[in-house]
Amino acid sequence: MLDGRGAVRRRAGVRLWLSALWLGLLVGAALLAPWIAPKDPLAQDLFLGRLPPFWMAGHEPGYHLGTDSLGRDVLSRILHGARIALVVAVVAGSVTCLLGAALGLMAGYLRGWVDVVISRFIDIWMAFPPVLFSILLIAVIGPGLGSIILAIVIIDWTRFARVVRAEAMAQGAMDYVASARVAGRGRIGIMLREILPNVMPTIVVLLTLEMGIAVIVEAILSFVNLSISTDDPTWGGMIAEGRTSVHQAWWVLVFPLVTLFLTVLSFSQLGEGLKDRFDPVLR
Amino acid sequence: MSDLYEVSGLRLSLADMTRKPLLGAAPRLEILKGLDFTIPKGTVLGIVGGSGSGKSTLGRALVRLLTPSAGSIRFDGADITRLDEAALRPLRRRFQMIFQDPMSSLNPRHRVGTLIAEPLRLHGLDGIPARVARALDHVGLPAGFIGRYPHELSGGQRQRVGIARAIALEPDFILADEIVSGLDVSSQAQVLNLLEQLVRDLGLTLAFISHDLSVIRRLCTRVMVLHQGVIVEDRVTADLFAGPQAAYTRELLDAIPLPDPDQVWL
Repeated sequence: MLDGRGAVRRRAGVRLWLSALWLGLLVGAALLAPWIAPKDPLAQDLFLGRLPPFWMAGHEPGYHLGTDSLGRDVLSRILHGARIALVVAVVAGSVTCLLGAALGLMAGYLRGWVDVVISRFIDIWMAFPPVLFSILLIAVIGPGLGSIILAIVIIDWTRFARVVRAEAMAQGAMDYVASARVAGRGRIGIMLREILPNVMPTIVVLLTLEMGIAVIVEAILSFVNLSISTDDPTWGGMIAEGRTSVHQAWWVLVFPLVTLFLTVLSFSQLGEGLKDRFDPVLR
Repeated sequence: MSDLYEVSGLRLSLADMTRKPLLGAAPRLEILKGLDFTIPKGTVLGIVGGSGSGKSTLGRALVRLLTPSAGSIRFDGADITRLDEAALRPLRRRFQMIFQDPMSSLNPRHRVGTLIAEPLRLHGLDGIPARVARALDHVGLPAGFIGRYPHELSGGQRQRVGIARAIALEPDFILADEIVSGLDVSSQAQVLNLLEQLVRDLGLTLAFISHDLSVIRRLCTRVMVLHQGVIVEDRVTADLFAGPQAAYTRELLDAIPLPDPDQVWL
């Protein structure tokens, strides 16, 4: 028999597993980078500059994805770059999520003056141009991993706060909230035990999106040289370097770019896939 | 017989956001315009009226989901008109509510077992699993339902869960707000039978809000007719159906479909 829901679920499943597979590989690479990377990501060898990847003429064994203009191994740098990318994604994503969702939930459910204060704050916050704001911030507090994470949290919490506020407001008008009041539950209890579980699917989707965005922001900051030290391998830094020599050595630009693209895509697809799979209401 | 509820001069107004001026407060719209009535213990009171008559607002004021703007509500002698949420909490156990739409009044993320057990836990009762089992048994649902989510149940089953949630606390009073209007006819009949039986077995006082007089006639001992926030009639059911006094009540009675329709009309 034809079951439409089955078809939707199966598609969501493929999406979920493919993105989980890619992110799993990435986590493995990040954890094991010092052992599985074929070369030292920082080792320069000017005699081996701009070597092509393994299937092209003129490649050197051991340098599977070629080298950049300083003779550093592209594959090793991508593997080591995954460490920074994932730390930024997970830490910045989670902290942003916690801060933004907590404020959004309070504004949306408690309403009144709490909502007025938080909403005005969000409006004012969002009027700052984000890229300029983060560049300014890092210029002031200095570059480094902590600074990048802080910049992402400070800029992006409004994304969570706005969406969660709207969702909490809609949920707060539902009868199950009135029913919980009749049952004798207090405001904090209603917020955490009744509304939060219903806002959770939205939060999960936003969180994974935010992780992807964090990877991009880190890459953008690396691109303008405001990330961590220029030596350390980051995908954004590699893309910036590869840009200058794209006509001579396209692989220096393309491989980190494809990795970045697949990672960001996987994060967003993971969120959608998780929601489809684990939401008891949709299931 | 003593009165469970004594309501006098009850007025309730809400902010009318559709007519709110750009600056300044929204005008108040008076929904309930001074109601006086009592609900003696053991009564099944029907509250009828068209949409916009204020019957749901009255119900929500009785269980103090809304705060009256004037007048007083006394529950079993205690003035609950203006108690804040913390002071109300111990009393909440004694007046419960069953909602119109069980799809939205049962949290979709909680299992049936949790939905029924949570109110018990909040009031610090003991022997919760046994109470949950008893409540499910009362409403005629199998014990295995505790692991189910609301969306896995049919409309009638969901409404039974709503009833079980209310009666598990063993309240003195239950407000039933249009609880059968969202159900198909056979589920309606089952839920009404169940309610009748519970009122008899548990000695409940019940306020039953409906726009459907035929349902009221079957269930209620007394009927209160609301029209535009005013009580137009408040009498024993049989008297009301025998000879309605208010013009509005007659209109409502005329609107009941007859069991034996005119063949020509069909």
